[in-house]
Amino acid sequence: MKLFYGTQLPNPLMLGTAQYPSPAILEQAFRDSGAGVATVSLRRESGAGQTFWQMIRDLGVLILPNTAGCHTVKEAVTTAHMAREVFDTKWIKLELIGHTDSLQPDVFQLVEAARILTEDGFQVFPYTTDDLIVGEQLLAAGCEVLMPWGAPIGSGRGLNNAYALRAMRAEFPDVPLVVDAGIGLPSHASHAMELGYDAVLLNTAVARAGDPAMMAKAMKLAIEAGHLSYQADPIEARDMAEPSTPVIGKAFLS
Amino acid sequence: MTVWSVIGSGVAGLAVASELVSRGAQVQIFDPGGPPGPHGCSWWAGGMLAPWCEFENAEESVLRLGQHALEWWGTRTRVQRRGTLVVANPRDLPDLRRFSRRTEGFAEVDQPKIRELEPDLHGFTRGLHFADEAHLDPRQALRDLYTQLVKQGVEFHHKLAPTRLENAIDCRGLHARDVLHDLRGVKGEMLVIRCPDVTLTRPVRLLHPRIPLYIVPRGDGVYMLGATMIESEDSSRITARSMLELLSAAYALNPAFGEAEVLEIGVDLRPAFPDNLPRIRRLGRTIYANGLYRHGYLLAPALAQGVADLALKNTHSEMVDEDRA
Repeated sequence: MKLFYGTQLPNPLMLGTAQYPSPAILEQAFRDSGAGVATVSLRRESGAGQTFWQMIRDLGVLILPNTAGCHTVKEAVTTAHMAREVFDTKWIKLELIGHTDSLQPDVFQLVEAARILTEDGFQVFPYTTDDLIVGEQLLAAGCEVLMPWGAPIGSGRGLNNAYALRAMRAEFPDVPLVVDAGIGLPSHASHAMELGYDAVLLNTAVARAGDPAMMAKAMKLAIEAGHLSYQADPIEARDMAEPSTPVIGKAFLS
Repeated sequence: MTVWSVIGSGVAGLAVASELVSRGAQVQIFDPGGPPGPHGCSWWAGGMLAPWCEFENAEESVLRLGQHALEWWGTRTRVQRRGTLVVANPRDLPDLRRFSRRTEGFAEVDQPKIRELEPDLHGFTRGLHFADEAHLDPRQALRDLYTQLVKQGVEFHHKLAPTRLENAIDCRGLHARDVLHDLRGVKGEMLVIRCPDVTLTRPVRLLHPRIPLYIVPRGDGVYMLGATMIESEDSSRITARSMLELLSAAYALNPAFGEAEVLEIGVDLRPAFPDNLPRIRRLGRTIYANGLYRHGYLLAPALAQGVADLALKNTHSEMVDEDRA
């Protein structure tokens, strides 16, 4: 598995911490998913969510604070600084929302904020679209990880454009790539891993499931399956049947 | 005869006192804040007795324990049994389907039925009607409990409880964090508005992926709009975003809410344990009853019964999680 800014992830699942029915269920979901990274939103808490943040620290996993809900470079940079103080980490998931309804990233501001934060010593995980040129610009701005969306945040639609995600994998073979957002089902998460992605980041699919802990476990298994599948070099799809048992000696020409 | 000292006169403290008195116990209450008022977070509650709706995002016990609340409150304050109406904008119908899968005790309603229930709700094609739910006016409920307790001879001490009190029942909410270290505050923001142009007669919940809102009629064109749920322990003020979200959601229910007067802005912290369920703990000579979270009026009766069972009969309800008497 590729290193994320020099850090080996325990496994390829990054799990969000928002929207769970309770912190106890959140904790159970983390246990059952085995997720090695927890993403935490800082914006709404404005420096005062100490108890909740302590609960996240107590999960004992790597923490990836995010700038969820930020709409401008300035907001995102301020939030990143706050995150660095609160969680004592250089990691920041950079999220710059450009559109209210689709929560689509504003890639122009994203590149700018990524440059500012990188220069300031942050290790930026940018939530971006599946656009290759934007990906290049983010790498040029100093990012060493790319996190393209599968579908809009919370939509649960899976990989809207598997072609573009595959192209991104081919274009950036050495960059750690994470599908971030849009995952609704374990099959979506598996699909991302089958494409050769290095990790999957999800939140709503688990937190809002009827049984979050059970869904967390389903995601874990699916991600493992997809990851193994990619490493196992799956067969190519083909148009005609290829018999899996020998046909010689059978009257196949009759 | 044993005198039980209840500390705190929010909904938990008053409910505990009321339950104890109804079982013949002798009670006194300590609260330096004086009679129920804006200093307690139950002052800012919605007052919905909605166990079936709450089950959407809560444990099974909330549904089970909450069902006793209607009857308990009905003998102590005015409870309006008009049900709850849950609606969603057409684009958010997946949320309505999810809500219906996760709850029970409702009838699906179409546009004509919605208009029949609430003529001022336009543009909603689907909804869920939870006919057995109810609501009350939380401030009136607190005043009614207070008045009844005074009449029943309960003495209110408007001061801090003395230390080393025998037979104390601590219902201080978030203030009890000095002892209950796993208690946290969950920020809630609400508005009280007046809008005589709109008539709603029952609590209405508007489902939305980011901003689920409820609106509770208080009578005379006054409505309570609530409530945010933020993992933050800063209750100093409402944010502009929360205010915008609350008001936009009301506007989406009926654009006439755009003309409403904003009467009050409330911000406070709900006391909650990690699983968001209430707890009773006996530590030494004190029983702690806390963690009602967003279910103050819904679960206070069950909490009070659990405390009374422990205090008077030494029986342990499911809410008792620790007993080191």
